[in-house]
Amino acid sequence: MADLIDALVGITPGSRLDDLRSRRPVARSDAQATYDGLVAAPADLERAGALERAAIAWWVAALSGADGLAEHHADLLGALDPAVLAALVAALPAAVTRGPYGSYPAGPLSVEDEAGPRWLAPDELRAVAGERLAAALEHAHLLTYHPRDADPGALRALLDAGWSVDGIVTISQLVAFTHFQLRVVAGLAVLKES
Amino acid sequence: MNAAVIEHRGLRRPDAFTQAQLDWVPWLRPKATGDLTEDDYAALTDRSRVASPYFRLLVRDPVVLGARTRADNDIFYNVNAGLPRTERELVAAAASRSNGCVYCASVHSRLAARLSDRRQDVQRLLDEGIGAAQDPRWTAVVDAAAALTATPPRFGPVHVSALRAQGFDDQAIVDVVQSAAFFAWANRLMLSLGEPAVPEAG
Repeated sequence: MADLIDALVGITPGSRLDDLRSRRPVARSDAQATYDGLVAAPADLERAGALERAAIAWWVAALSGADGLAEHHADLLGALDPAVLAALVAALPAAVTRGPYGSYPAGPLSVEDEAGPRWLAPDELRAVAGERLAAALEHAHLLTYHPRDADPGALRALLDAGWSVDGIVTISQLVAFTHFQLRVVAGLAVLKES
Repeated sequence: MNAAVIEHRGLRRPDAFTQAQLDWVPWLRPKATGDLTEDDYAALTDRSRVASPYFRLLVRDPVVLGARTRADNDIFYNVNAGLPRTERELVAAAASRSNGCVYCASVHSRLAARLSDRRQDVQRLLDEGIGAAQDPRWTAVVDAAAALTATPPRFGPVHVSALRAQGFDDQAIVDVVQSAAFFAWANRLMLSLGEPAVPEAG
């Protein structure tokens, strides 16, 4: 499969950025392998379905202002279920904020606690996406903006919504990896123009 | 049993950022050692990781763990030009400090302090955060790491200029970008699948 990070940054063979990336060849190939394993060609669709994976990936990219990546995922998601894409697009403006914020366990670090929203999927989105995907989107919002607020209760909410332990590991990787991917794209795009 | 969240009552939780060795305990049940397949061992890449509850939890998705770990090793340990190992660990520590991952910050601040022999400078990063005073070279690195850690990332041409002004070439800047980006990944897993603990004395 073509390298998605290269495509999004606009890295062409033989260019300066191509040469720089080629000196970290495994990081390059395994970033793509991770993406393939999570979104493009996952082996196990029972733990997390293709629609769920595309929706979570789009949500994280869109929440993070990663326009190129979000557009790529919108194509995937729109082909699978345009109604879910439309419901997510409608929910986005009320969900967007900035991170990282969050609280520390009570103690000396509490002076650094920074308040921010805990997003809950609106009813219109729940109706279209279903409870299981809605729970994953809420978790993705938590991990995107205020990961230090994560607690056992957040995982219990996923289990209660029907996610398996294997499924939680996979969607956690999907959210976390997408944050890596969008930052490599953002950073290399700046370097390319500098 | 399998699908229960694990609560660690009475756990000794660290209440500050530290360079000291911490444990990490999972909130979901890792795969049992006896259930590991050859594919799982391949994904763990290093057999000693079988002892880690973190890696035995992540091995529930072996394809992704394997790719993650190979990328990790290339970003942090491929020393064919680019950013010195010390500054890669500094980036990891700064990103972890910014996200609030006490466990990740402990591991990578310890490594940064050992490689640089600048324990106090590293401790100031932990105590005061990413705005703590550092020399110009470390300031450029920490600022870039923090800008990449923000959501949305606010890394821009000013960070590239500041890094170049301190003598970092473009290969080194790629390493800054990938090291910080990798901790946007690692911090989220460590923060959301378990928590740090102070090891029992002795």
